[in-house]
Amino acid sequence: MAITKEDIERLADLARLNLTPEEIEKLTGDMETIINYSMNKLNELNTDDVLPMEHVLPISNVFREDICEKSFDREEILKNAPEKAEGCFLVPKVVE
Amino acid sequence: MELTKLTACKAADKIRKKEFSVPELTQAYLDRIGELNEKIGAYITVCKQDAGKQADNIQKKIDNNGELPLLAGIPAGISDNICTSGVLTSCGSRMLSNFVPPYDATAVKKLSQNGAVMLGKLNMDEFAMGSSNETSWYGQVKNPLDYGRVPGGSSGGAAAAVASQMACFALGSDTGGSVRLASSFCGVVGLKPTYGAVSRYGLVAFASSMDQIAPVTRDVADCAAVMNSIAGHDPLDSTSRDYGHEDYTLSLKSDVKGLKIGLPKEYFSGGIQKEVKEKVLDAAKVFESLGAEIEEISLPLLEYALPAYYIISSAEASSNLAQYDGIKYGYRTRQFEDLVDLYKKTRGEGFGEEVKRRILVGTYVLGAGNYDACYNKALKVKRMIFEEYQNAYQKVEVILVPTAPSTAFKIGEKTADLLDMYLNDVYTVPVNLAGLCAISVPCGFDSSGLPVGMQLIGKPYDEGTILRAAFTYEKYTGGNGGIDCGI
Repeated sequence: MAITKEDIERLADLARLNLTPEEIEKLTGDMETIINYSMNKLNELNTDDVLPMEHVLPISNVFREDICEKSFDREEILKNAPEKAEGCFLVPKVVE
Repeated sequence: MELTKLTACKAADKIRKKEFSVPELTQAYLDRIGELNEKIGAYITVCKQDAGKQADNIQKKIDNNGELPLLAGIPAGISDNICTSGVLTSCGSRMLSNFVPPYDATAVKKLSQNGAVMLGKLNMDEFAMGSSNETSWYGQVKNPLDYGRVPGGSSGGAAAAVASQMACFALGSDTGGSVRLASSFCGVVGLKPTYGAVSRYGLVAFASSMDQIAPVTRDVADCAAVMNSIAGHDPLDSTSRDYGHEDYTLSLKSDVKGLKIGLPKEYFSGGIQKEVKEKVLDAAKVFESLGAEIEEISLPLLEYALPAYYIISSAEASSNLAQYDGIKYGYRTRQFEDLVDLYKKTRGEGFGEEVKRRILVGTYVLGAGNYDACYNKALKVKRMIFEEYQNAYQKVEVILVPTAPSTAFKIGEKTADLLDMYLNDVYTVPVNLAGLCAISVPCGFDSSGLPVGMQLIGKPYDEGTILRAAFTYEKYTGGNGGIDCGI
């Protein structure tokens, strides 16, 4: 599989990552190496009759009673906010 | 007596007998950190004052003859991807270089309930992505045995601190082998518990289906003691569970008579360092001489574990790391035009190269056109690997393999060749993929004096058997002990 600079730019846009031209250059080669190595290897195996396995343990959903419990203090949580005002997270204008 | 040379169990015993005080022990570790941390770079944050206060509090209880928990007064380090209330938890990343969690991870809370003293937060590969601790925003951790070499990773700070006596024990994390690899390179003991054995609440997520908090200790007895403190079900992590043998110290018996140990031939061929192979095979002979039954087995899917692991872990990472957007916590770029620009610049500036690479790999394999061919393919191979191990455990109880194909390599030696770097994890990732438990134990040194680690791999929930085998081996051979680091 060939991976192009345009592929990387599109993936970076989807992943919301700003990349420098040097990074795009390097990551294009890196990605091709990793994806080709991994997929060529995995494709040696016939998996036609195998089901994908997401979890190794028999995990099922866990429910609990819907009880109101004490949670974090608003001020405590906002301490880590890069910008805040009047008890809220401050963000750039989202709706025009 | 050099206090920092004592294992956790021995130090805890002497504290009870009032041979020395908790503040004395804590100060000995803080002094050691003061002397060595600049050279080794194991700690990102040292909690001098808090550690002192904790030590005083525990000593007061001792003086009042109060009932003492297991690890009362034992100084420990915590990897920087495990949340600690009021203390920077950076994940080795610029992205979280200002993140101070308002809560403790469950494992940290349990350690503190068990009387451990937190010395500080340990350096690691950025977001636990790496095998050599070369990707941290806070700089390279150096191997205490040779400052020109890597300590392994991603929990390099944890292993280096325990080996150099800057912590009596440490908590790291193991997603693809991080704790075992670093323990092997630094000559200490590292256990990857079965998925679900230890709560992940407060462990910053990398690949959630495989992440586990994992202890790094001086010896096997300490490992069991730390597991006793941190394991068990936690309502805050619905994948955590209790499974019967909560007292891991009951497994500390010197007895491997009749224990069926499998040696999979695939783990002893290919690019493995000759001395590593020899030392692990020597260990097999030791087990045999002590009454274990050694059987050669075959795990032909070994070579497919690494590519499956990289696809799956990167997919999960790209999803988990989407939360870092510069809005609620963490780094935010200074100048931006609009919201999307804020996201992109924040993430572009906040993440390092390895993290970006894995986010892109994950985004690629989860993309609409590739999901089936790449991600699902890897999940199918994962099932095949899982079944291969299940079958192997029909014949044997423990699988003995090297922890890594080589001993600690030189800093910078593998950074140019990605695949060469990823190959460090070739022997450790199957354990995470197949949901097994494994312990890395020192089993000698190579001709350069660097430690070799062997891995005892157990069935899910069978920490008891691998702890018993590791304990027996250590007792017979004497173990590696601490490292002096020239001071």
